[in-house]
Amino acid sequence: MEQTYLIKYGEIGIKGKNRHLFEDALVRQIDLALERLQGEFHTRKEQGRIYVESDGSCESWEVLEALKKVFGIVGICPVMKTDDRGLEALGDDMIRFLEEGEYDLKGKTFKVVTRRARKSYPVESMEVNAYLGGRILEWCPEAAVDVHEPDILFHVEIRELIYIYSRVIPGPGGMPAGTGGRSMLLLSGGIDSPVAGYMMAKRGVVLDAVYFHAPPYTSERARQKVEDLARQVAVYAGPIRLHVINFTDIQLYIYEQCPHDELTIIMRRYMMKLAEIFAAKCGCLSLVTGESVGQVASQTMQSLAVTNAVCTLPVFRPLIAFDKREIVEIAEQIGTFETSILPYEDCCTIFVAKHPVTKPNLRAIERSERKLAEKIDELMEEAVRTAEVVEIRA
Amino acid sequence: MEVYFDNSATTVVLPQVSDLVCKVMTEDFGNPSSMHIRGVEAERYLRTARGQIASAMKVSEKEIFFTSGGTESDNWALIGGAMANRRRGKHIITSAVEHAAVRQPLLLLEELGFEVTVLPVDAAGHVDPGRLADALREDTILVSVMYVNNEMGAVEPIEEIGRIIKAYDPAILFHVDAVQAFGKYRIYPRNLNADLVSVSGHKIHAPKGTGFLYVKEKTKIRPIILGGGQQGGMRSGTDNVPGAAGIGLAASLACEDLEEKAACMRSLKDRLEAGLREIPDVRINSGSDEGSAPHIVNASFTGIRSEVLLHALEDRGICVSAGSACSTNKKLPVSPVLKELGLPKDALESALRFSFSTLNTPQEVDYTLEVLRELVPMLRRYTRH
Repeated sequence: MEQTYLIKYGEIGIKGKNRHLFEDALVRQIDLALERLQGEFHTRKEQGRIYVESDGSCESWEVLEALKKVFGIVGICPVMKTDDRGLEALGDDMIRFLEEGEYDLKGKTFKVVTRRARKSYPVESMEVNAYLGGRILEWCPEAAVDVHEPDILFHVEIRELIYIYSRVIPGPGGMPAGTGGRSMLLLSGGIDSPVAGYMMAKRGVVLDAVYFHAPPYTSERARQKVEDLARQVAVYAGPIRLHVINFTDIQLYIYEQCPHDELTIIMRRYMMKLAEIFAAKCGCLSLVTGESVGQVASQTMQSLAVTNAVCTLPVFRPLIAFDKREIVEIAEQIGTFETSILPYEDCCTIFVAKHPVTKPNLRAIERSERKLAEKIDELMEEAVRTAEVVEIRA
Repeated sequence: MEVYFDNSATTVVLPQVSDLVCKVMTEDFGNPSSMHIRGVEAERYLRTARGQIASAMKVSEKEIFFTSGGTESDNWALIGGAMANRRRGKHIITSAVEHAAVRQPLLLLEELGFEVTVLPVDAAGHVDPGRLADALREDTILVSVMYVNNEMGAVEPIEEIGRIIKAYDPAILFHVDAVQAFGKYRIYPRNLNADLVSVSGHKIHAPKGTGFLYVKEKTKIRPIILGGGQQGGMRSGTDNVPGAAGIGLAASLACEDLEEKAACMRSLKDRLEAGLREIPDVRINSGSDEGSAPHIVNASFTGIRSEVLLHALEDRGICVSAGSACSTNKKLPVSPVLKELGLPKDALESALRFSFSTLNTPQEVDYTLEVLRELVPMLRRYTRH
């Protein structure tokens, strides 16, 4: 059965002159999300509204599942669409809407809200409300009208066609992908970084990602895991270009040259540097990490500052003030948690010292890094040159 | 060079076997339960396969039941055996180095009120038959001991164990998990005094998802997979005819010239072990004598985590296993079996298993040794603190 959905969007409705850019982006993301479903879809903008029409080849719940993952959508309303055949016919349609939607109004209060976008419609909104309210009471005498705090709201929009809707299925909110610029996500196999990517995507940020692998210390399965995580984030964020960087030689070189309690922090600084190189290549204006203050030795305030010191781009850390528990909650909700906890070693854990520095001093770290002067540039170039790019699509 | 030294995890299906399996799937695809000619045809494949296995084990065809593999066979033997004999007693004996397919069903049986005695093993992984004799009780109904340990290759004194059990009380069921032994040793249940023997197809060049349980005639065991009454009601479910045909053929191939093939594998083992002994700080955990299976070498490369060396070898085309392939999905893949043997922590964390099939060659061993001689010192430069 054909079905129309009214898409409600919040914030982008108030973006002034740029509004059409946001709306177009939302339409694009909706189309992209529906591409994977069977059947034909038509998404259109009409007078500050976005409508999605399905030819009915796929189930309504499939459409809703897909739309619930599109950032920018605040609510999705399944709509009954009907021709204007006069007020009485509209009353019949209203009853049909109630029956098809299996509404039970016994003991409930309701209100009809009509919007007459087509001013040439001969009956005024208030009259339409009153007439339809009467018809509904006829259909279910145990219901009552309450115009102040109704249990159920019925919306009737009179345009070229007439739209009736009531239920609103909540969307994810946020901003449509592509309206928030482009950022480079440092993606590991852990719980946090996919969540960080998801949160930036929620604000309309398009993601590229870097992953550091260290064969033979990390396995092909660890890499597969990261690709799987990226794919899950891409369900929300749209396609992600994943750069897989071989970090082994750099890591071993740091291991040979620098104090072992500083390994992690120095390693992270070089990861940031490499991420910036790839960010520049891809036109990203910022970096994103899953860091949360105090979570591990490399995420103390001092460590964050020392890591941050190598960056010229802004580094966004959407999880910085989140508890692990809160992060896990989101990871479970977006479906990355189960993958994240698979036990493959990643390159951050393979050479961890028993007692890594927790309060690194920038000057001391820089001094240690001077011991890398001989070969590090060459190794960095090599890492950039040999990186593989994987296009990740949900 | 591509080297596959992980034959205890699984083996390649032999071309003759896959041809047969394919033919049964695409041409002679009938269901043996059907009354028409295609059903009769399919039934013939089952009978042939049963015959091949029965003659390889010198038992009656009626004593062979096809299953989905080693795990199902073990589950059935233990749960089915225990349930059928629970009125006689609730005591079960096993060894400390069994596969999870034995350990886990025993945990279930413990929950159900059975009592399980676990026999310790010595440093080489062997059960002491004397300890078994001491553990037998009036209410013992079942003893389960594996023939060859999958991680260490230790060969258990199955014949002696069988003799002790049956001398004590012939009604006690003796189950032997022969998943790693079939095709390396002649498995004659009569000689072993075994009532139940588990075998898996994919360890002997048959497809995955195939296996069988030998059930000695008149053994008290109840089916655990219930349904349409196939295989005399003992194991329901539409017969996996292509799989059965495959494992039947593979079993009979495995037992052709078995002694020669086993000697061949043992010479590979000796060659590898000799080479490993020349690399400093390599500890060979598996035995070298007759108490150890011909196809398994377990060695620790102290200072290098198993996973790292495994991936470094993989990079050179050599596939091996860390501990047991069945236990790698846990957070810390340290084998409970190796732990049981009292190996020190660094030996546990750096253990690799090399396992051969008849398809491996001395050249592959030499290549592997060459790669190890190069990799081990290099990887030892970088160790975790």
